[in-house]
This record gives sequence, structure tokens and C-alpha cells, in this order.
Amino acid sequence: MEGVIEMTTFDLATQTVRELNQHLHQPAGELAGREVVVANPNGAHNLAVGLNAPVHVTVQGHAGYYAAGMNQLATVVIEGSAGTGVAENMMSGRVHVKGFASNAAGATAHGGLLVIEGDAGLRCGISLKGGDIVVGGSVGSFSAFMAQAGRMVICGDAADALGDSIYEAVLYVKGEIKSLGADAQIEPMTSADIATVAELLKSAGLKTAHDPAAFRRIASARTLYHWNADADQDY
Amino acid sequence: MTHSPAFPKRIQTEESATFDRTALDYIHNAAAHGLYEIRGLGAKRKLPHFDDLVFLGASLSRYPLEGYREKCLTKTVLGTRYATRPITLDIPITIAGMSFGSLSAHVKEALGLAATAMGTSTTTGDGGMTPEERNSSKTLVYQCLPSRYGFKPDDVRRADAIEIVIGQGAKPGGGGMLLGQKVNPRVAAMRTLPEGIDQRSASRHPDWTGPDDLVIKIHELREITDWKTPIYVKIGATRVFNDVKLAVHAGADVVVLDGMQGGTAATQTCFIENVGIPTLAALRQAVDALEDLNMKGQVQLIVSGGIRTGADVAKALAMGADAVSIGQGVLMALGCNHDSYEQDGQRIDATADYAALGARPGSCHHCHTGRCPIGITTQDAVLEQRLQPASGARHLKNYLKTLTMELTTIARACGKQNVHHLEPEDLVALTVEAAAMARLPLAGTNWIPGVGAI
Repeated sequence: MEGVIEMTTFDLATQTVRELNQHLHQPAGELAGREVVVANPNGAHNLAVGLNAPVHVTVQGHAGYYAAGMNQLATVVIEGSAGTGVAENMMSGRVHVKGFASNAAGATAHGGLLVIEGDAGLRCGISLKGGDIVVGGSVGSFSAFMAQAGRMVICGDAADALGDSIYEAVLYVKGEIKSLGADAQIEPMTSADIATVAELLKSAGLKTAHDPAAFRRIASARTLYHWNADADQDY
Repeated sequence: MTHSPAFPKRIQTEESATFDRTALDYIHNAAAHGLYEIRGLGAKRKLPHFDDLVFLGASLSRYPLEGYREKCLTKTVLGTRYATRPITLDIPITIAGMSFGSLSAHVKEALGLAATAMGTSTTTGDGGMTPEERNSSKTLVYQCLPSRYGFKPDDVRRADAIEIVIGQGAKPGGGGMLLGQKVNPRVAAMRTLPEGIDQRSASRHPDWTGPDDLVIKIHELREITDWKTPIYVKIGATRVFNDVKLAVHAGADVVVLDGMQGGTAATQTCFIENVGIPTLAALRQAVDALEDLNMKGQVQLIVSGGIRTGADVAKALAMGADAVSIGQGVLMALGCNHDSYEQDGQRIDATADYAALGARPGSCHHCHTGRCPIGITTQDAVLEQRLQPASGARHLKNYLKTLTMELTTIARACGKQNVHHLEPEDLVALTVEAAAMARLPLAGTNWIPGVGAI
């Protein structure tokens, strides 16, 4: 029927992650515009990994490690919390975690948008390579470690060593920053930064409203870009 | 001060064994620059190695095969444990992972052409997969490294095998580095980095931290590839017995073991020479671990780190490896450390370019500078022209052919119709150290140090 989105449900109480992922690896033409619901996920690992089609997946509960890993084009909504490495190495598309996310959320993501409504654990956005991450809550230590490109908006606080050895990624934090990592520095917010934060917050669609002007900008001081004896043990 | 005739000149000028010329140079250099030395290639110190083993050819107690006529199989299958599409190679000699960035695109193409002609595999490296190597390689192993530079799901799906790199023999526990002179616009774009920076790679994977996590990570890669693609786990040789067991427990189809003679494009000298254990010792431990788990034959073992000759390959196989991987030897086949390079069939002298680096052919290790006189480890638009893919591929193919002929020569002499039938019983050791490490009897005795009495 025209106008009706075709919906497929995988009930992990009776079906396997393998069946789910195999279904989601069909040619993009078969999947485009379809909706897949994952019932009873019960923290299973590797849900909806390696997607390569503009399909919409809803996980009705908690996901384990690497949910939506290496996502490309798809939209994955996790109604509960997500384990380590949610949306790791995402290329494009959107992953939305309604609960909390564990360690290494959005690690090495090259593109796409990862939204975490709650808090994120350690190393959120580690080695980020171009993706965008919006965290409604706080992030753990060593977030954005060696982040190369992309943007992170953190509406809560950041724990120790934020942006350690950061390259060209840019971070925006509204709350407290316990400490900055090596080579990360706070820079003035320009009107372009405020517009960026506003745009990312709008895309994220968080329930709580945040004033884009209340964020601080963190980026690289670029003092570690070249070997230098006087930099002592900063490497 | 006048010299007392009571002290002969030799005593007056006696050199210290501890503070010898090398140690003095090291200290003077450290004092002058305040930075450690970074260089390419592998450990230069003398180590117990395959040279310290010899084969017991057939005679009365064993029956040899006719050297030039009887068939001796070299076919090698990797990844039979879980993958539904294991890799079948014509020879048990593969090309080790080396990055585009450390090597030029021309070299990557040459490696692919030669490997494909010989029916073997090539491996990507840090920095992602180039079209040059994908297009030229029939069988391409795609590395998943801590940095994840240029790591893309489309390339995961395009790969014939995936190799999760935990470490490398030249620097187990260390991350990579690529100095600014090699980070040209293409390399920078592939790695999402600013041009010309001194790039440091992470030493730990970003999204898992231990063997329990690795189980799930491997599972993720299997799910993404629908369980078709073999998954290798590469380790640098340190606590090999435990690491191999953990890799097997984590679900590896293939374990790749790189000993301390393994090469690097740029690493601290102190790291290269002082961290890790020799390939010979590591290989024995890896085979022990597989046997202990009753996984020999189910999980294949590839060994690398200082493999040069067909005899080295034969010894590695006899000790229990399923295949070897070669990096430095392959680059040397392309002309690394040669005094000249080939341009349209003509040899052109390169000694002046070595001299400009403060190096000379035969002992050059200046890969890290990007000024390779032969055009191999460079991203310079002029220097890279010195390695022409077709000519490089021809030399490498010759080298791989030679190794294979030497391997089958030795296997036939030991009475084996298949190179994989070579066994520890075919080997003895020439030194006490090698006998202890390889757990083989000292030649002419039945003594294995630590195992039996003389």
C-alpha cells in the first residue's frame, strides 16, 4: 500500500542477532525507507552493525557493545542505553541513544550524527574522524582523545583529560571541565561556533533546551604537531 | 701532561667495552638533540635465528623425493575455523602489512601485481586501503589498527580477510609514527590529518581494551561481513604463549606472529632493539599454545620477522607455522639498500642520494625520512618515480619464486610431498641458545636444553 512504511519486527527472544543483521544487509534498494523494529534486545551485542542503506531501525530496549557499528546511511534509534562502542566508526546516517552510552561512544566516526540523551562513559568520541556527537548529559575521562575531525557538543560536564592530543576536531562544553588533556585549549566562541552549536542541538532534538551561547569551545593548541625536544614528555 | 713510559700506549688508549664507540655516539647524539633516534627496518643486533637451525635431509632412515621431478605441494589455506570463505594461496609466503604512507602508491601496486602473479596475498597497513593495492591484489588482507586511519566499512566488505593488529614485532606495545615529510596531501586526506604533521598513531584500540572485549569486536566484524571473511589477529612477540591463547579464545581464524626482527617504517631505536623476543623463540611458544589448546590446524599460524630465504620459510614451516609473512625482504627485492635503481631497464646509481642522507647502500634505515634513494619508502613525487610498478613486480615475483623453489627443494630432500609436512623432527640446532628457544636438539646430540639430559 502506498504511503505505508513497511515494518519488520525481529524478536530477539526467539530470533538471533545473525538473522537480524543478515536481513539488514540486503541490497540498499530492498531496504530503503523500510522500518525494522528489534524487540527484546536485552543488551545483545552487535545489533544493526554494518548497515549500508537508508533504513530505520528501532531497538526497543538496551543494546550491548557496538550497536550500529560502522553505520552508513541508516537511522538507528536505541530506546534504552547502549554498551561500549555505540556507532563506532560510523560513516553517515544517524544513531540516537535515548538512555546512557558506555565507553568509546562514537569512536573513530568519520561522519553521521550520534545523539546520546543521557551521559556517556570514558573516551567518548575517541579518534573522531569527522562525525558529530551530541551528548545531553556528561562525558567521562579522555573523551575526544586524539580526535582528528568532527564536532562534539557536551551539554553536561566533562571529566579528566578532555581532548587529549586532539587534532582538528572541535568540542563544545556547557558544564564543568574537570581538566583538559595535553594540547587542548579553551578558545573564544565566535558567532560561527554559536551557530554550529545551535545547528547540532537542533539536529539532535534533545528534550531539554540549551542556550548555544552558554557553551565553551575547546580545540587544539597544535603544539604537538611536530616533534620538539622542548615539549619534554608531552608525547 | 707527559705519558709515563711505564704505561704502554695500548693501555693509555684502551677502549671501553661498556662505553664503546656506539654507546659514545648514542650519548653524544642524545646530549646534542634531546630526542631519541627514530629509524626504519628492524632489530640490527645479532639474535638467535633460523640461521642457527639446519635440516636433517633424508638418507637411509628417510627416503627423499626426486628433487626436480616429484610433486611437492605448496598450496596453503588460511581461515578455515569460522569463515565461510577461507583464503587459498598457491604458496605459504605472504606479503606483510605495510602502510600506504610509509610506502608509495607505486610500491603498493608492485606488491599487488607480484603477489597476484604468485597466487599469494598482500596486506594493507595503517592509513587505509588504496585503489592501487585493491585493484592489483587478487587477495588483499585489510588491517584494522588502533588508529583506524581511513578504516571504512566499504573496504571491510571489499577485503578478502581482516587482520586486527594488536602489535608488531618491532614495537610491541607501541603505536605507529609517520613523520611530517611523508604526510603529503594524499596521505593526510586518507588519514584525516593536517598535511605535514608528525603523525602519532595510538597504541591501543579505541573501542576495546582487553581479550574479553576482543571477543565481541571480532564478532562484530564477523556480523558485518556475514561470517564470510577470515579474521586474523596479529601480535608482536612478547608473552607469546598467553597472547596466542587469548587470540584463539577471542575467536581468531588465523594468528599472525611478528618477532622482534620484524620491520617498521619509523620507530624509536631503543624500542626496536630492546622490546620483544626473537622470531625463533616466539614461533616455538605460539605453536605450543596452539597445541595446548588442540587448535593446531584449526587456527592457522603465520609468522614474520626476519624471514629472508626459502630455507627460513622451510624452517618456520617445520617448526609449525602454516605460512610466513615478509615485509623487509620484499622491500629489499624491490631494491631497498641496493646501490642503484632501475629506470626503464637501465640501472641508475643512487649512492650520492644515500650519502646525502648520511647513509650508504647496505645499511640504510632512513625509511622514516621519506627520502628513500630507491623510491620505496617515500611520498615524494620525484623519488617515487624511481620505483616503476612493473619492474618492481618483476623483481618481487622472481624473489618469491626463488623462495618457493628453495622451500620445495628442502622439503623434497626431507622426503615431503607437501611443504606443510615439514616437521620439527626434520630440524636440529647449531647453538645451545637456538636449541633452547626452538626446543630442538643440539646437532649431533639428543639434548634439548631445559628438556632432557646430555
